[in-house]
Amino acid sequence: MFFRFFYIFLMTISFAVKGICQNYLTKTGFIGFYSKTPLEDIKAENNQVYAVLDPVSHHIAFAVLLKGFIFTKELMQEHFNENYVESDKFPKATFSGICSGEMDFSKEGTYQVVIKGDLTLHGVTKAMETTAQLEVKKDHINGTSVFKLKPEDFNISIPSIVRDKITSEITVKVKIEWVQTK
Amino acid sequence: MGANKIIKMKIRKTFFSLILILSGFHLLAQDSLLKSLNDSISAVPNNGYVTGTFKALYIVNMKTIEAPAAGALNVEIQHRFGTINTGAYNLWGLDFATLRLGLDYGITDRLSVGIGRSSYLETFDGYLKYKLLRQSESSMPVSVGLLGTSSYFTNHAPLGDNANISGSSRFNYTLQMLIARKFNSHFSLELTPTFIHYNMVTSPDQNNVFALCGGARMKISKRMAITAEYDYLFPNQLVSPLFPPSPPRTNSLSFGWDIETGGHVFQLVFTNSQSMIESQYIGQTAGTWGKGYIYFGFNISRNFNLKAHNKPKA
Repeated sequence: MFFRFFYIFLMTISFAVKGICQNYLTKTGFIGFYSKTPLEDIKAENNQVYAVLDPVSHHIAFAVLLKGFIFTKELMQEHFNENYVESDKFPKATFSGICSGEMDFSKEGTYQVVIKGDLTLHGVTKAMETTAQLEVKKDHINGTSVFKLKPEDFNISIPSIVRDKITSEITVKVKIEWVQTK
Repeated sequence: MGANKIIKMKIRKTFFSLILILSGFHLLAQDSLLKSLNDSISAVPNNGYVTGTFKALYIVNMKTIEAPAAGALNVEIQHRFGTINTGAYNLWGLDFATLRLGLDYGITDRLSVGIGRSSYLETFDGYLKYKLLRQSESSMPVSVGLLGTSSYFTNHAPLGDNANISGSSRFNYTLQMLIARKFNSHFSLELTPTFIHYNMVTSPDQNNVFALCGGARMKISKRMAITAEYDYLFPNQLVSPLFPPSPPRTNSLSFGWDIETGGHVFQLVFTNSQSMIESQYIGQTAGTWGKGYIYFGFNISRNFNLKAHNKPKA
């Protein structure tokens, strides 16, 4: 009988702990991607990135609707959705991973961390690793990262006729301002 | 002794349970983090407008619901060779050419304007197109556009050397309602009720005529599509023979093959219409497919961005 109570007690504790240590959340994160070649300058930005950070487990997750990427050229935006990422079939890109390195979410400061996890895009999930900077403030955290992706890794084929207009590695910039959930 | 053993076992059991609970909680936390994001992002009402109903501004001859984005200029070259039934001597029509050069410009994402010049009767044309309704993923099933076209032919003597045609008689007007739906990523359909006013007709033809045009596209790969178009002119409105003597009037039937590469769309077409302007291909198409009055040709379009397009479409 005692052990059964102990069991229930433990479960209560574990949920209570989760309750106390609130996550950091945003629905207005920024992701932009850029490709620069002598023939074509491609720029697409999205300000509706969903992102969450768990200060206890150091786990982070991102989700973004691909249709929310705004290009400077509207025709490119249409081609991006129709022909490249096929956003009708695969509307979202997601990332789920862990931050590692020295950081203390209870203390204000700037921390260089390594983020490792799985990126899912165009129906393909690929492990990736990048460095990032976390700036811990009183009740929010700013995160920034820059990394490169190869479209071919995500089964996004680029026709040979436009191959020279798109860099082989696309630069991705991420800028998130997480706010502690109440 | 016995009781001691039982307690030890119970402690061990509890210990393992504890580890199981904690590890289970850890996994749960990781999965639920992404899941909670996915759930909340899916809950956002998807009111985005459907894009890419058609690849180009023209199915073959008829205009699609598509328009250049605000600040974008489309340059259109439409070319038709002669009819295939002219035989080997004229290389099955390739010795002849009818050409239309056109410019289309997006004033806003909804309003566009176009001008063109066609070698068929030396005709100038201009149009305004406005997207009244835009198909969206959740609320609006179709896109509806209004299109007004006017044309002015400058050919000196289309009715023969002695006929003098006044300036106002050379104008024709077309009013169309473009009703289009993208059923899925592959199949799109457009129906276009059409009203045409001819300033000059030969008796007993009507000045005001009605037609129903329809077009469809079926994608065969990400960047290629097959298109078809039929323009049905309601009967007994235009019955007089065309001048110069030609086969009797008939409805326009066309097929195309769209190939898109970046900012270009290349369309290979087969049609029984020589002209590429509404009042002419709907009302003045002569000769049927069955008799070999088939024009081979192509449309080439190139998109230029004159202004950056920064604001979201939705």
